[in-house]
Amino acid sequence: MTHTPLWKNLLIWSIVLLGVAFSVPNLFYDRVEKHNDAVAAITTAGGTATPEQEADRSLWPDWLPSYVVPLGLDLRGGAHLLAEVKVADVYAARIDAMWPDVRDALRGVRDQVGNVRRQPSVDGVLRVAISNPDGMAVALEKVRALATPVVSLTGIGSNDIEVTSEGTDIVVQLSEAERQATDQRTIQQSLEIIRRRVDEVGTREPTIQRQGEDRILIQVPGIGSAAELKSLIGTTAKLTFHPVVSVTQDAGANPGPRNELLPSMDEKGVYYIVEQTPVVTGEELTNAQPAFDQNGRPAVEFQFNAGGARKFGDYTANNIGKPFAIVLDNEVISAPVIQSHIPGGRGIITGKFTVEQSTELAVLLRAGALPAEMTFLEERTIGPELGQDSIDAGQKAALVGAGLVALYMIASYGIFGTFAVIALAFNIAMIFAVLSVIGATLTLPGIAGIVLTMGVAVDANVLIYERVREELREGKSPGAAIEIGFGKALSAIVDSNLTSIITAVIMFVVGSGPVRGFAVTTGIGIMTSMFTAVYVTRAIINLYLGWRHPKTITV
Amino acid sequence: MAFRLKLVPTRTNIDFFRWQWITFGGSIVASIVSILAVVIMGLNFGIDFKGGTTIRTESTNAVDVGVYRAAVSDLGLGDVSITQVFDPSFREDQHVAMLRIAPQEGDEAVTPESIDAVEQALKKVDEAITFPSVESVGPKVSQELIWKAVIAVVAASAGIAFYVWLRFEWQFAVGTVAALVHDVLVTVGIFAIFQLKFDLTIVAALLTILGYSVNDTVVIFDRLRENLAKYKAMPLRDMMNLTTNETLSRTVMTATTTLLALAALIIFGGDVIRGFVFAMFFGVIIGTYSTLYVAKNIVLMLGVDRSEKQKKERSKGDHEFANIDA
Repeated sequence: MTHTPLWKNLLIWSIVLLGVAFSVPNLFYDRVEKHNDAVAAITTAGGTATPEQEADRSLWPDWLPSYVVPLGLDLRGGAHLLAEVKVADVYAARIDAMWPDVRDALRGVRDQVGNVRRQPSVDGVLRVAISNPDGMAVALEKVRALATPVVSLTGIGSNDIEVTSEGTDIVVQLSEAERQATDQRTIQQSLEIIRRRVDEVGTREPTIQRQGEDRILIQVPGIGSAAELKSLIGTTAKLTFHPVVSVTQDAGANPGPRNELLPSMDEKGVYYIVEQTPVVTGEELTNAQPAFDQNGRPAVEFQFNAGGARKFGDYTANNIGKPFAIVLDNEVISAPVIQSHIPGGRGIITGKFTVEQSTELAVLLRAGALPAEMTFLEERTIGPELGQDSIDAGQKAALVGAGLVALYMIASYGIFGTFAVIALAFNIAMIFAVLSVIGATLTLPGIAGIVLTMGVAVDANVLIYERVREELREGKSPGAAIEIGFGKALSAIVDSNLTSIITAVIMFVVGSGPVRGFAVTTGIGIMTSMFTAVYVTRAIINLYLGWRHPKTITV
Repeated sequence: MAFRLKLVPTRTNIDFFRWQWITFGGSIVASIVSILAVVIMGLNFGIDFKGGTTIRTESTNAVDVGVYRAAVSDLGLGDVSITQVFDPSFREDQHVAMLRIAPQEGDEAVTPESIDAVEQALKKVDEAITFPSVESVGPKVSQELIWKAVIAVVAASAGIAFYVWLRFEWQFAVGTVAALVHDVLVTVGIFAIFQLKFDLTIVAALLTILGYSVNDTVVIFDRLRENLAKYKAMPLRDMMNLTTNETLSRTVMTATTTLLALAALIIFGGDVIRGFVFAMFFGVIIGTYSTLYVAKNIVLMLGVDRSEKQKKERSKGDHEFANIDA
């Protein structure tokens, strides 16, 4: 009989031990979850803990692993939405907003182009007719001068609008590069708004992610229904600009009549007293983007529509040197001081920003309302009771399945069957350990995947034992039979498991939701089972042979 | 000697090709019947593939499908199908039903108003009713999901065929894929014939069946390859029988452990995933059958070019030009 080197044995058993250690928290799911929540809450509160949080925290020792498998919506209950953002809506709005600029530009050269008239056209295309066709070249030049370079990675060197002529019509539409950049912004903005809205209700682990070109997947555990989630998302963020009366540290300060007291978003303990009536609201903001001021410091550029521009221009002209609060959902984002009269509705917010902060602020400013309408293509609500029923059913099925497989293996292979069952138990522990550490979500099909893995995982053991039996029949000694049995079975084990991994990978790539949950658990199960069935079983058998030194064995 | 449970005797000598015109022919007939069933009867697509809405209701009062139907009939939602759900894991006073509403106009999954209308209408006839799950898929997504599902099954089969071709001879790859196509067709056929709900999880089950079936087939091929090198003179047919008999114990053993685990899921896993588990249970049986009676038949028909293989092996040892006259 050959000896496995000590380091190899140590490695195998340490992996097994790690697997067990990292799977154990799942047995105390509620405790560990409360502990984790408390730890997170204490960290965000800056280290101070309430007695309740302290009690929750002590439910699980800090030094033990505290990863638990996140439960999918079908097990925890919650709502799932797949929304499609109508990105093209934004093109129409953008092009529409260009009409006053185009008109003004052409008015300046009226003597050459004649009368200017807007023509009816499809959404996203601006058609302007001029009465003097000879002035077309001048007109085109004037309108093209309105274009600005596209700010994006792929759109370098191109302008935001395309201006062409068709007969006496000037046709203005967004360029391809600008469309892409706009789509990107629209989705980003939608994601940001949705995230803010969902975060406000403070549920655990919401998933908000972009899917494909123009879709957003929203999964919120613990929310009552998809309809509730939809109305939550639909609520628009309220962005307003107020004159600042004073700044205070006193949360209970009396703001005075027709004023209100608002907290600062970033600075703790700072409150602004502002006039209740906003000068202008976010509904009149057409755009905001990160930029740099003349000194090269990060800043945010913004643009109002015509109405907003007038109000903003008048106010800034009369209030130079005074602070002006930008308020989002009753929190002051920042309160810059007005440096000069700002005509044309274009402005720049400077402050102590980093590039990230200015980008975020721009997103927040744009994030007043959803930039485009959303269509909900898919929605699912699962009640928490149904989730609990599913967990119970899954647990019961797993226990019964494990019991049946164990009995059958022991009845078929005696003590060696027991070894396989021990290896199987380690395998299940390792599946949970891997799921917990990588944070893969467990779903009901995922539980089915684990139960299925129990049935399939022993296949490697079966292959090995059947081989060992054959070798024993040929009169080999126990040590040699086991050695050869393991060796010869290996190629079949690898071949058969690799093909299963192929299907698991394809399921993961193509599948969504429940199918993906199944692919993850079976995929991980296949990999861990190869380890446990081959190495761990072997290590256990070696221990047995070393301890008992049997002259003959019966597999 | 200790007691050992053996479903297969230690030495078997079954001729797996003896009834090949019944077994292999039967498989061909079953595949054709399945295709016809799918074409003629169609599949009972779930909302994943057809769009629409399902509402699961739960109540402490008994379900009366007629009353439910009457309650929602005048809401103008078109075709609403209502079925009661039974499950051994339900509590005594747990009565569950599923309502399925046909897809509505447009891309949108469903309007909150129509769900609300249904819920209100049902609450009127049964105060204790709750709605543990409401799922709705718009026609746009369901169209894509169908494509994704088809692509997944085709890609998985192609990936497996490629792997088997890489590891074995092309004849084995053809045999494996034939067995896979057979397994998928017959399983889908069963879903068509019994009009079982066919949704996204069934596709996952099909992929699992592919994985299982090929796993089973590859183990036999692996042994066959070993035997091809060992017994050079034995006729292919006899060698396949020998190989299959040698691995039969393992084939049955693994099928049994897998079916035991799946049986536990069917009985105790709840009604939500029963269709999914049933598909896998049935697929494992079909997969085992196809391993024994389909894959090898194809390889036998195509033949394995053993002479060339031997020549290749021999020429390796010889001079490069030794068989220049060939």
